[in-house]
Parts: sequence; structure tokens; C-alpha cells
Amino acid sequence: MPKDQGIGASSKRREDVRFLTGTGNYTDDINLVNQTYAHFLRSDVAHGVINGIDASAAEAMDGVVRVFTAKDFEGVGGVPCGWQVTDRHGQPMQEPKHPVLAEGKVRHVGDPIAVVIAETPELARDAAEAIDVDITELPAVVDMKAAVAEGAPKVHDDLTSNLCYDWGFVEENREAVDQAIKNAAHVTTLELVNNRLVANPMEPRVAVGDYNRANDEHTLYTTSQNPHVIRLLMGAFVLGIPEHKLRVVAPDVGGGFGTKIFHYAEEAFVTFAAKAINRPVKWTASRSEAFISDAHGRDHVTKIELALDADHKFVALRTDTYANMGAYLSTFAPSVPTWLHGTLMAGNYITPLVYVNVKAVFTNTVPVDAYRGAGRPEATFQLERVVDKAARELGMDPAELRRLNFIKPEQFPYDTPVAVTYDTGNYHATLDKALELTDYASFDTRAAESKARGKLRGFGIAHYIEACGIAPSNLVGQLGARAGLYESATVRVNATGSIAVMTGSHSHGQGHETTFAQVVADMIGIDESQVDIVHGDTARTPMGMGTYGSRSIAVGGSAMVRAAEKVLNKAKKIAAHLMEAADADIELKDGQFSVAGTDKSVAWGDVCLAAYVPHNYPLEEIEPGLEETAFYDPANFTYPSGAYFCEVEVDPGTGKVEVVGFTAADDFGNVINPMIVEGQVHGGVAQGIGQAMLENCVYDDNGQLLSGSYMDYAMPRASDLPMFEVDHSCQTPCTHNPLGVKGCGEAGAIGSPPALVNAVIDALHRGGYPVEHIDMPLSPSRVWNAMQSVK
Amino acid sequence: MYNFDFEQPGSVDEAVAALQGEDALALSGGQTLIPSMKQRLNAPSKLVSLTAIEALKGVCPDSGQIAIGAATTHATVAAEATGYPALAALAGGIGDPAVRNRGTIGGSLANNDPAACYPAAVLASGATVVTNTREIAADDYFDGMFTTALEEGEIITDVRFPIPEKASYQKFEQPASRFALTGVFVAKYADGVRVAVTGASEDGVMRWAEAEAALSADFSAAAIDGLSVSADGLIGDLHGTPEYRANLIKVLTKRAVDAAS
Repeated sequence: MPKDQGIGASSKRREDVRFLTGTGNYTDDINLVNQTYAHFLRSDVAHGVINGIDASAAEAMDGVVRVFTAKDFEGVGGVPCGWQVTDRHGQPMQEPKHPVLAEGKVRHVGDPIAVVIAETPELARDAAEAIDVDITELPAVVDMKAAVAEGAPKVHDDLTSNLCYDWGFVEENREAVDQAIKNAAHVTTLELVNNRLVANPMEPRVAVGDYNRANDEHTLYTTSQNPHVIRLLMGAFVLGIPEHKLRVVAPDVGGGFGTKIFHYAEEAFVTFAAKAINRPVKWTASRSEAFISDAHGRDHVTKIELALDADHKFVALRTDTYANMGAYLSTFAPSVPTWLHGTLMAGNYITPLVYVNVKAVFTNTVPVDAYRGAGRPEATFQLERVVDKAARELGMDPAELRRLNFIKPEQFPYDTPVAVTYDTGNYHATLDKALELTDYASFDTRAAESKARGKLRGFGIAHYIEACGIAPSNLVGQLGARAGLYESATVRVNATGSIAVMTGSHSHGQGHETTFAQVVADMIGIDESQVDIVHGDTARTPMGMGTYGSRSIAVGGSAMVRAAEKVLNKAKKIAAHLMEAADADIELKDGQFSVAGTDKSVAWGDVCLAAYVPHNYPLEEIEPGLEETAFYDPANFTYPSGAYFCEVEVDPGTGKVEVVGFTAADDFGNVINPMIVEGQVHGGVAQGIGQAMLENCVYDDNGQLLSGSYMDYAMPRASDLPMFEVDHSCQTPCTHNPLGVKGCGEAGAIGSPPALVNAVIDALHRGGYPVEHIDMPLSPSRVWNAMQSVK
Repeated sequence: MYNFDFEQPGSVDEAVAALQGEDALALSGGQTLIPSMKQRLNAPSKLVSLTAIEALKGVCPDSGQIAIGAATTHATVAAEATGYPALAALAGGIGDPAVRNRGTIGGSLANNDPAACYPAAVLASGATVVTNTREIAADDYFDGMFTTALEEGEIITDVRFPIPEKASYQKFEQPASRFALTGVFVAKYADGVRVAVTGASEDGVMRWAEAEAALSADFSAAAIDGLSVSADGLIGDLHGTPEYRANLIKVLTKRAVDAAS
């Protein structure tokens, strides 16, 4: 029988009631008395010198409160970068200034030049059109390899070149890898592109700045995945506001997918301007604006080489990647192609030697940063594509080649050659589970049936690993992170036994309000309805690092468990006092404290009441009250893994791909709420199929965004997707966090693109089109063109 | 969106009069015009809505033809043009339900988007576009991307389609917009076959004469096998090269012939 409460139960998502009935409280729902509206005038050229800005006509318009330009931000800090990567020669990366408003130069289409504040959004927009900006356009650099070529126009004049860093990992292995590849029995080489994506959360970004002159307090309401991080970055590095005078609230947030992690100029602007005009300032992005101002994702160009011995065992792996940073360094951008990417290049396999080279490049495009998976999809995609290609070249079943090279269950904990130690895993189990669920044995029958309808059927496998639960602070500090990556929670028990948990994690669709409550209720044995989860407000929650990298249950959940354990330790002392027993004899079950071996018991609620009405209470030993805070810093990453199988049909006449089957067998360790986990996998797979088949962010040579609206940027729709077969019964619990959990938010987006591409390549080969590779998205025209190239 | 004046006359004559002013534009379902105004790409001083003119609405079957009022929505055509199933199916495949319940046939034809569906049906059917002043044969109506034979202030009142013996529209959707990346409408009449292609040509909707000749002689997909389509003058964009569109024209024409009923 499935449980109906607590850990392991598919409790219904309590937050959905307000989301589905239109009673959510999103940032755009917040309207303050005397509020004004900001409109950002953005560059329509990718690269240019600003000769002058004449805002006099705009300033004279009725309803215009004030126009801001870079001049108003003299003495104000730039938007900071949160991670400093050291290059392979031991030098720090090149780090340009990122001004709140463009200073002297614009560097991408969408770069903000000026801001109008007016009484209505329409007036602000009208006035922005009246601003005269004199720009001399400069040649733009868009292509990464061209950007680092001799004589390329420089995005930042004060840097030596457009190369942010040249990173090598593991640098000491470089020559050994070269040698191993040279001497290998077989080398499979693949060049590929990991396509640039726009995150497109349903809710565009919004920021509302407020200032209280009476007590010199600033409040920023913003669409963020991590309000404390925004407070830290904006307060300390941009505006110089101490934390006790700055509150950041991220209320209901309609999806983030990474792009709402980062601190953006618009947040600093509204906070700054609210004080300058002494009125609240609101900015709501249009969808068009989101395309040219939200950080983009992916955008890697890679060459990967896999060397195998005569027995088909992997002996070495070498990858060379160009990673697009865009025009400025977004908050976590430098970490994505390096530490979130290079450390995963071993995948699920025993590969003794790995060398990863990454050149990060500035271009005249929107900044690129973490997007669902962040570095791990890029690693998984190239590895799972090259393994598949190797299997084809060697005439092996792709599942068998993987199985042959998998780390074996008995080899955990396993030290990879790329600095990380996988604590647990069982890749054979997930592969077998996916094979079982997919009915692989009858594929040929299905292929024959497809052929009778004129379609080519193919089958694709990918097996991913990811590192979640970022991360041990001391480790990431060594790697260049400028912040700790712990998480926090306060468990506040009320006098009658109900509980509020204040977590540093942030929910923007993941369902934490349900899942986290299940954990605490389970630990005490009370009804889930007695536990509320509070998040998203620096004034209400302890300092926390927020939600990204599938870290919330593994790190935030662990902090909550630690705080709840402290609460229970104290509650047991109180119970012992009430029952005149020894602390050690107190047991807790189903919300009742009892004395072992007796029939004495006292209810949870009575203990809580005693804590707040301490008439009969050991005041000489413990304080009244029942509230505890814990900060949890993980000992290691967690390592979810899984087998993703994709079945496709290709229409040879048009090149159109239809995904006809998709199976995901994941190992997430222990699972708190199976329904929510399945939902996370569904969403991730939908995004991964979106990347593999539909989505593409394309600039022309002049840096103009060609796919700047939904007329050209193809988002996945329900009708583009099959029914998913999702399983998480293979569980190797994490050994170093109290819940044994690994995280599930990004898995779907990581494992699905290579599975889909492998399936299409398989279909083409079976159909007599020996195509080796097609770059994503596998749009009909790209597939058809590839087929013509081998005809 | 900039400010504009708005009128909603009850008759065609009143609408024609209202359109005389500077920068006035006729508004039908607004599925193209309103988004372009919201993006500030279009800024008429006045909109004259045609949707309150009852005379412009409705599907009217007649002997051998079907007349559709210009302000009839795609959803209505899909539901009521039962006498011309290929046309009804085309209307039912435009956009999404919201578009189909606002957008109109007259609006689509007046706009003449090079990737719209209706122009293919009108051209392949040899339909007649009727306006407040005259009747325009389909072959004379379309005049390149977003350009038609309509004069300033001229309003389409209805479109008359001769009903073919067999017809089919095959749309291959552009993955993002779901407009026709290429669409082919094949209509077989007693006096010959007409083939119209949308979404492919830089000159907008066009007929494919070689296919028409081949299919008029032999109405079978095999009749197309020997033909090839030149990529010259075809659209190349993010979603397909001219060569890809040339292939689609041929593939979709064959599928239309196979599907024609």
C-alpha cells in the first residue's frame, strides 16, 4: 500500500490550489501606493559607441518622472560575477565590468542604455521612443572562433582579447591523454554544437523597488530563485546597501530554469531609482524583452575524441570546447562550462584518462549562464553521442558497449579521474530497467510496422550522470566560487504544535511547500497540514543560497532535517521532564512521546504547549520555546543517474521527426514524493526534447537575434511529446545526507537530448542513410538536408 | 500600442465611408493587425471594425459553389463549409482555437501573408474574391507577399469557391509559428487540376503549372514523380532552405493527390 502521508507519499501539491485558481502572488501582482513604471531603452545594435544621449524631449513629456542614464550611476558598482575561474596557466579569467546601464558602449542587442520612469507603463514606453541616442555602430563578433581570431573586434576594449579564459582539466593529464589517444586501438571523433537556448519561463522577469525614507530601508520584490543571493550581490557589490537595510522578496515565481538565479541590472536599477525618486518603481519585462535580456543557456561548440583499446574498453577521452559567455559575465557563467561540465566528463564509465579544454569567449550576444542542467547536459550530450558513434563504428550494440565500460556496482565509492567521487550508483540496474520497460526485444516488429507506413524507426540510448546538491563550500571556494553553497532552515514550532519551516531554498514550481512539509510531518508523526513552508523573503528566512542545480531537497532538505532533529532533541527533554523519565528512555511515534517499556505517554501538542507555557518545565536546564535553526553544508555532491531511451519515427519525405516513445529509468536515491518526482522528470524531458528537436536561439552575423519571438523560437508543445514511461525504482541512496536523496530537477533535461539524437541517427542508418551526426535542433529541414548529403 | 480611433459600422457602405480618413485601416479578426500594433510596428490613426456587419458573415452553399462572407471566422468555415471538405479542413487547421474563433477569411486574404493557408485554397480553387466594388478572379488577386489587387479603402465582402470533384490541402507546419512552412492545395475540376503553393515562394502564393498539367492528364501521385521544382525564388530562412521547400512542394503535392477526396 502506498503511504498517504509523509516520506514516500504522493501528496497532492498544496501550492497548486492557488496557482490553478488565479490566487498566486507573483511579483507583477504586487502594486505599491504611488508606484511608478520603468521602461528600459535597449540597444538595437549589437556593438557600438554611444556618442551622446539626448533625453530632453522625453523628460518634457507629461507623466514622465525622470530619465536615467549611465551618468546617474557614476560611483555605483557593476553587476558582479559570482565565480572566478583560473585558467590552465594559473591566471585568473578576464573579468570585464558590467555596468547597470551601458557606459560609452553597447555590447549586445538588448543592452540597456537609458530608463524612463513614468506614471504608466505606456507613457514610459512612449517617452523612451523620444530619447535620441547617437550610436556609431561597430563590427560585431558573434561566432566564437572568429571572436578569438587575430584582429577580431573586441567586445571589451580594456581586455587583451575576447578570450575570457583557457581552462584545462585535469591539466596534469594533458600529455598522458594525448599519448593514450595516439596509441589507442580505436579513436572515435565527433564535432558538435550544443545549441543556444532561451529559458522562457512562463512568467517573464519583474522587479519592484521600494524605499522607506523614514528608516532608510530598501525592499526589492523580484522574480528570483535565490533572494538572499540577490541581496548579497546587489547590496554588497552594486549599491552598497548593508543587509539590515535591504530586504529582498521573491514571492510566487512562475518558473526559473536557471535564468532567474542571476542578479540582473534591472533589479539594481529599480532599487536604486526608488530611493532617487522616493517612489516605488516597477519594471515588468515583455516577452520580447525577455528574449534579449534574460541570460541564455548552453551554446558550446565541441570536439570530442574517445579512445578505446582492442577489447573496446575506454582508455582516454579528450574534449575541446568553445563556450559562449555573451557580452558580459553573468552571475555563475564562468562555472558552467568548467566545474559543472568538466567534472562530469567521466560519465558512468571507467575512463582512466580525461582531459577537458574549455575556451570561454566574449561575443556581442546576450550573456549565457546556467540553464536547467548547466554544464552537465553539455557533458552528457557529447559523451553519450560519442559513445554511440563508437558503438556503431565497432559494430557493437550501444547498450553493450556502455555496459562493458560502466563503473560496476561494487566499485562505489568511485574516484573519477576528474576530481569527483561518486558515492553510490548502479548503472547496470537502470539500464536493465529501461530495457525492460521499453520492450526492446520487439523493436524490430515496430520498425517493420513503421516501414509499412513509409516511416523510418529508430531507437536511441543515453545514460547520464549528474552532480547535484551543490556543494561543499570549502571545495567550491577552492574552485573559484565567491560564495558558500550551504543551505539553511529554521523550524519554528508554535505553542499548539503546528510548525512553520523557514527555508533558504526557493520554490518556483518544484513543489517544496508540499515535499518539505512531508518530511517534517513524517519525522514527528503529525499530519502534513500542520506544517507550513515559508520561503522567498530575506526578512522571514535565514540566510540561504536558494534553488538551482537540483539542490533543494539534498541541501535545503538536509538543513531542515537537521533543524527538526534539534527541535526533537529538545522536545524529548521536555517530554522526559513531563513524564519524570530519563531523556534516553523517550521514544517518539505518531506524534506521541512515550517512555520505553511503560504505558506513559504525552502528545506532541502537549510538549509544545509546555515549551511556551513553561509552568511545569526544566527551566534550569533548557530554555523555553521550541525553535531551532540549522545550516547544512554538504560533504559531497550527489550523483543521480539514469537510462533514457527514445524511440522515433522519421518521415523520409520531409525529415520530420516524431518522438513515439520515451522511457526514463532514474536513480534519484530515496524519493520523498513520487508524483512530484515524476512531474519533474516529465518537465525536464519536455525541455530536453525541446532542445533536441525544436528550440534554437540564432543570431545573424551582425548580432541581430533572428529567433526573437515565438514566431521563430519553437517551444515544445504537448502535441510534440509522447506519453513518457518514467521509473525511479532503482534507488542507491546518497550516503552523505540524512535523507539519502540525490535530486531530480534537471535529470530529464540532461538525459533526453542525446537519447533523441541517437535515436534519429539510428533511424537514418537503418533506413539506408548513413548520417553520422546532425546538430540540434533536429528540425525537419536539418534532418532532410543531412539525408540528402549521404544519398 | 499607440492611441487610435475606433469605429464599428453596421453596413459595408458605412465601413467604406469610415475608411476614407488618413491612416484608417479595416479591422476584421485582428489576428495579425492587433499583435503588430501591440509591437508598435503598425500605427493606424483609426480602426474600422468589420465584425458587426452581419452581411459579411456566413457560409452559403449554392449550386456547384460555396460563398463565404469575408468576416466569417475560420471556426465557422471549419464547421459549416461541409460542401467543400478540403476547405473546411484547411480552416480547421489554421492557428489554434483562439485564432480560429477570431480570425476571418477576408482578413487573411486582405493581409496575404506568404505563409497563410487561405490563399492556397483560393488560388487552387480559382475562386472569386468579391469586394464592395467588383469581382476579382483569384489569378488576378494575389500580387506578392502582403500585396493584393485591393485598392485603398476597398473591402472584401465574400469569396466564392467553385466546388471541385476532389481536393486536399497538405500543410507542413513551421515548428514555431505553425504557419505553413509550405502548404499545397490540389483541386481537381472537370476542366483540369489546379495546384497552389503557399509558404514557399518569395512572391507569395503561387501555382505550380507543371504539376497542374501532369495531374490534369493523370490524377495520380506517380504523375508528379518525374517533375522537379526549382529552388530559385523560394524562401530560405531559419526553418528551411529554398531546396528544402522545393522538396516539400513535390512531396506535399503527391500527398495531396493521394489524400484528395
